[in-house]
Amino acid sequence: MRRIALWVMSTLTLLVLLFSYHTSLGGSTTVASSIEALNNAPAGSSGTGSGTASSGTSSTKGTSGSSGSASKTFSGSTVQTAYGPVQVQITVSGGQITKSEVLQVPWGNGRDQQINSRAVPILNSEAVQSQSANIDMVSGASYTSNGYIGSLQSAIDQANL
Amino acid sequence: MSAAVAALPRRAWVDEVMGIPMSIHLRGPGVDAPEAAVAVAAAFDSLRDMDRIFSTWREDSEVMRLRRGELTIEQCDPLVAEALEIGSEAARVTGGAFTMLLPDDAGDLLLDPTGLVKGWAVGRAATLLADLPGVSACVNGAGDLAVVAHEDLPDTGPGAITWRIGIEDLADPSRTAEVVALTRGAVATSGTTARGAHLYDPAGRRMVGRPGSTTVHGPHLLWADIWATALFVGGRGAREAFASRAPAYARIEL
Repeated sequence: MRRIALWVMSTLTLLVLLFSYHTSLGGSTTVASSIEALNNAPAGSSGTGSGTASSGTSSTKGTSGSSGSASKTFSGSTVQTAYGPVQVQITVSGGQITKSEVLQVPWGNGRDQQINSRAVPILNSEAVQSQSANIDMVSGASYTSNGYIGSLQSAIDQANL
Repeated sequence: MSAAVAALPRRAWVDEVMGIPMSIHLRGPGVDAPEAAVAVAAAFDSLRDMDRIFSTWREDSEVMRLRRGELTIEQCDPLVAEALEIGSEAARVTGGAFTMLLPDDAGDLLLDPTGLVKGWAVGRAATLLADLPGVSACVNGAGDLAVVAHEDLPDTGPGAITWRIGIEDLADPSRTAEVVALTRGAVATSGTTARGAHLYDPAGRRMVGRPGSTTVHGPHLLWADIWATALFVGGRGAREAFASRAPAYARIEL
């Protein structure tokens, strides 16, 4: 797995998305029902889909019951940070971000590689943790000129387009 | 949040304005109706209008032409004169911590309304989304955001549509340090990164880069934005001014 610089981590609060997504289940879910599923309180157990195991740290707030939700994977746009390009993929299930994965990170010198061995799993679990507070929108100052704040915000955006 | 509100439809639109991705989210019935799409388009148009007038990144903006002497203030859009008035009041109210005169590369002070334009523009765009029955809207311009709701929606109780705004935790990546819950109002965050952008402190006449961020929330994004900037660069004087002159606003320091 590619690594991410710890300083990128220290300013990266959230994740970057691409402007496209694909359902991880087959195409039987209509857009309308997908949007409805994303807005319902998650059951947590259903709709994990293929290839996207629910993270153990995901929060399952809200009422239980069948939401019929399909997991959706959103790949983030590549954002150029001061440390190089960063790209992350998140999985949204039942309206909650259940997993995040770094697809592309600044691939710089050996120090980046050393630092990154811990950083990626931390980034992944903490990204999910932040979501457990059921955030609707994000406010922050870091890297606004690079559109960085758009990253977690764009994850939320993409989940609702 | 009541289960009924949690189940309300929600829809997002994203477009790039002022060089940054701006998000508009609607919650409530009718988010897919034509009226909603029209209102959202008008909101984005409003943002683009403000960019055309005020951008310091576009050589053809009215502010840049004003700087070069190609236009007088009277020849500019009336919003330019209004911006100067707001900027003057902001400098006074913040005890000088907020300024619209910023140094260019040579150190000369130039008119730069950037510190208030984004919040002002986003707040103005949001007001265009407040007439959709049953709908609450949030416009987020790279971390400065405004929440509006149709006048029939309550602020409290089971029918209230509450937005949970996560404030970035700069010290701990990918976590939100605080949550501000709003049914109406604004949140603005000012700060700098470990490298790069700094904010200008007019009292010390220097660029300020320090860790952390200042978030201000309250009724109007224009003033939340002004105060967040002033508090980030300013010292105790700015905090005292804030405490006495902005009772409707609250700050979060990270």
